[in-house]
Amino acid sequence: MSLATTQSIAEIRARNKELIEEVLKVYPEKTAKRRAKHLNVHQVGKSDCGVKSNIKSIPGVMTIRGCAYAGSKGVVWGPIKDMVHLSHGPVGCGQYSWGSRRNYYVGTTGIDSFVTLQFTSDFQEKDIVFGGDKKLIKILDEIQELFPLNNGITIQSECPIGLIGDDIEAVSRAKSKEYGGKTIVPVRCEGFRGVSQSLGHHIANDAVRDWIFDKLEPDGKPKFEPTPYDVAIIGDYNIGGDAWSSRILLEEMGLRVIAQWSGDGSLAELEATPKAKLNILHCYRSMNYISRHMEEKFGIPWCEYNFFGPSKIAESLRKIAGYFDDKIKEGAERVIEKYQPLVNAVIAKYRQRLEGRTVMLYVGGLRPRHVIGAYEDLGMEVVGTGYEFGHNDDYQRTAQHYVKDSTLIYDDVNGYEFERFVEKVQPDLVGSGIKEKYVFQKMGVPFRQMHSWDYSGPYHGYDGFAIFARDMDMAVNSPIWKKMKAPWKEAAKPKLLAAE
Amino acid sequence: MAQSAEHVLDHLELFRGPEYQQMLADKKMFENPRDPAEVERIKEWTKTAEYREKNFAREALAVNPAKACQPLGAVFVSVGFEGTLPFVHGSQGCVAYYRSHLSRHFKEPSSCVSSSMTEDAAVFGGLNNMIDGLANSYNMYKPKMIAVSTTCMAEVIGDDLNAFIKTSKEKGSVPAEFDVPFAHTPAFVGSHVTGYDNALKGILEHFWDGKAGTAPKLERKPNEAMNIIGGFDGYTVGNLREIKRILALMGIKHTLLADNSEVFDTPTDGEFRMYDGGTTLEDAANAVHAKATISMQQWCTEKTLSFVSAHGQDVVSFNYPVGVSATDDVLVALSRISGKEIPEELARERGRLVDAIADSSAHIHGKKFAIYGDPDPCYGLAAFLLELGAEPTHVLSTNGNKAWQEKMQALFASSPFGQVCQAYPGRDLWHMRSLLFTDPVDFLIGNTHGKYLERDTGTPLIRIGFPIFDRHHHHRSPVWGYQGGLNVLVKILDKIFDEIDKKTNVLGKTDYSFDIIR
Repeated sequence: MSLATTQSIAEIRARNKELIEEVLKVYPEKTAKRRAKHLNVHQVGKSDCGVKSNIKSIPGVMTIRGCAYAGSKGVVWGPIKDMVHLSHGPVGCGQYSWGSRRNYYVGTTGIDSFVTLQFTSDFQEKDIVFGGDKKLIKILDEIQELFPLNNGITIQSECPIGLIGDDIEAVSRAKSKEYGGKTIVPVRCEGFRGVSQSLGHHIANDAVRDWIFDKLEPDGKPKFEPTPYDVAIIGDYNIGGDAWSSRILLEEMGLRVIAQWSGDGSLAELEATPKAKLNILHCYRSMNYISRHMEEKFGIPWCEYNFFGPSKIAESLRKIAGYFDDKIKEGAERVIEKYQPLVNAVIAKYRQRLEGRTVMLYVGGLRPRHVIGAYEDLGMEVVGTGYEFGHNDDYQRTAQHYVKDSTLIYDDVNGYEFERFVEKVQPDLVGSGIKEKYVFQKMGVPFRQMHSWDYSGPYHGYDGFAIFARDMDMAVNSPIWKKMKAPWKEAAKPKLLAAE
Repeated sequence: MAQSAEHVLDHLELFRGPEYQQMLADKKMFENPRDPAEVERIKEWTKTAEYREKNFAREALAVNPAKACQPLGAVFVSVGFEGTLPFVHGSQGCVAYYRSHLSRHFKEPSSCVSSSMTEDAAVFGGLNNMIDGLANSYNMYKPKMIAVSTTCMAEVIGDDLNAFIKTSKEKGSVPAEFDVPFAHTPAFVGSHVTGYDNALKGILEHFWDGKAGTAPKLERKPNEAMNIIGGFDGYTVGNLREIKRILALMGIKHTLLADNSEVFDTPTDGEFRMYDGGTTLEDAANAVHAKATISMQQWCTEKTLSFVSAHGQDVVSFNYPVGVSATDDVLVALSRISGKEIPEELARERGRLVDAIADSSAHIHGKKFAIYGDPDPCYGLAAFLLELGAEPTHVLSTNGNKAWQEKMQALFASSPFGQVCQAYPGRDLWHMRSLLFTDPVDFLIGNTHGKYLERDTGTPLIRIGFPIFDRHHHHRSPVWGYQGGLNVLVKILDKIFDEIDKKTNVLGKTDYSFDIIR
């Protein structure tokens, strides 16, 4: 099905350029001008992908992006399991984001853990008119009474909070004092702030800094004896257990993980992180801010790593080990060796079924580049990729370390563009989100959700790679794709009705 | 290492192995965990009557509410019209949420655009977002109609849709005659069923009352047709198709308003149909001439029906008709209004449902149920349970109001099986948790979120409601009408039998009752 494998780089470049020109034709002039800056064909050797990013989405185009609240409550804070996260405002935001990220955790839900509960202030008209602070005060009391084992509360602002002038910071301070210094974190992640989820990550990071780190006693003793091998996993949300299948490798190489940010994480782990010797950062986009802060304030170095696919895993294990002594370096080699037979067996089984198949990706702020190595380990080729909420530093990393020449790049792609691109490029697999999944499956293109792992996972680590390989195979090679057309009808090519 | 290429273990099994279990146990020391005895004590305390009292004394906090916000209902209505693109004016994250929510339930694409308002729009208003947004949507997605609703952001800052749309047309975003109906749908008022009501009323008002002052109002010339409204419904695909089938059997000329049964059930054949089926715009306009409008869900259509009634039509509403009597009532009303006879085929279907109930009622009779969901489904399912001789002991609707409660209590009072039953308006699933502990029932009926209640309280969950994320395809089968009643009956029976088997399958202990004939 793939065209890419049979064409030269020059041909692909020309086709992709033409494709961009073609999609731009649908827009009114002003919009075409704006969108043109977000679409490009990658030129090898360039320092970035040649697209503008982290810019406001254009009204009415069907952007796939979400909001700052989604970035804070949905991504960064939501997985902290022993805190209650209040969706402060009307009922919808908390309802739609309830349990949908698959942030796995171990705990007694509703008693000492609260990740899969939907706490909301369920604003009514009177709260908008008269302000919601009084209601918030009462809510905090009710949380304390009914969920006495919570270790802290965050207030995740929805749009109205910032518009009606509520002072959630004052309420948080007063109630924290009243409860004897309880951690209560007001987060100004109203959905209209910024251009995507991204600002929500930043605001959430800043809230950790201001309302947790700044309240720590400067020379507070850690609750455990420190070791020279203490590290924190930053930016792993434990989707389908990703942080666990990562943690096990770090521990096997001799490191001690003292905190997970934030999948299966706890307040105590956040508070202990300034004692880490190294912060290892998986999702750079959502947690580089707090990593940089800890470097400046506490002198903790940080390093990015990539646990998708054996090539990147081995590279990352060695890179992390480089911050430590020979014991850890040997540990890294030992781990790589231990898992090599598994890697060989997975590749032997799946590569032959996937070799040469092409993939188009459109994900959030990390995976549009991070998963490319895992596909390549299986002999697959990523022919198009783009970020929902990446910044230029993400596109730089993508250009310098991941994508091949003439890859189609699309920043903040919208429904129309993505459908057109897939229709023309005809990849063997699309990896994106739930809103895209059924569109492409209707077109007959195999699909995997690459936010939620399509209810599978983990995909991180060696254990995760086996699952990743299995899942990609079952998507691409599902027998159902051969039944797309009725035998009495002509062969149908994917096409769009809406945009005809 | 448990992982292997031959038998790939995913999260379902991988973490249960000793290596991971040890790792997770070791992680505890960094979590500053609570004393397990204290966790146990609080866990038991949450099961008590004392906790229930405190829980029910809550005035401000909602925990696991069973409702969503207005614009979701507006989007649901809008896609039920031919070639219609829902356009939600306000923050863009909301639209990402509605689309995801609908896709996760229907396992279908869900198309909708946002005007992507940000901080500057919060200060200056979202007019420019509307002007640009309508122009872009119109050019890119070639809709026949764009139906506008609002997020709470746009409502808080007071954007005026009527004026904005008018200005956008003047600026050439869309042609002057292009249909852009609208509805204000503040998330802080009512729920998704309110949004359904407001959006449907907005669309009818647009076509019937002069398209926001740009066309003459339609003059009603009564005809023999009937309008049907389904209401917000997770089973919209199966239910609307069933209604159409019944109307065809009866030979009733009708317009199904907001018919989204096709767009939420398109085939996989190589084409993505962004728009499919739906009430034609012509039919939406001509619906003003109908003899009567029938709503299958009273609480989804209060404003719409009063608007329709003011145009001179008869209006009748039902409460999510599940089962024998509820379907009888619908058919009798259809027959009365249309003058058409109820065909023998439907009488036979009725007889089959009665037959099935008679065959199985011994297994349901006297069983206690808790139900939660939207006001109408709660009513319809409770009425059906009473018909089966079961007791809908707790019926809870987060978006139910006092009038709903009174109607529910009247229903309970009408049946000997309803004497100890209670309706709970405005309550949430954390309240339900207390009820299930202090006043247990045999089965729980509700949406996917009920699985948390099933886990905590051990009450087996029968999944009927919205959203259903963790079971597939049930929305394709009806729950209304005699056929739908049969589907619901089978769903309930399957769960009952599965539970009996689960309780009797211990070899040499309980398996004397592990019968092969039930």
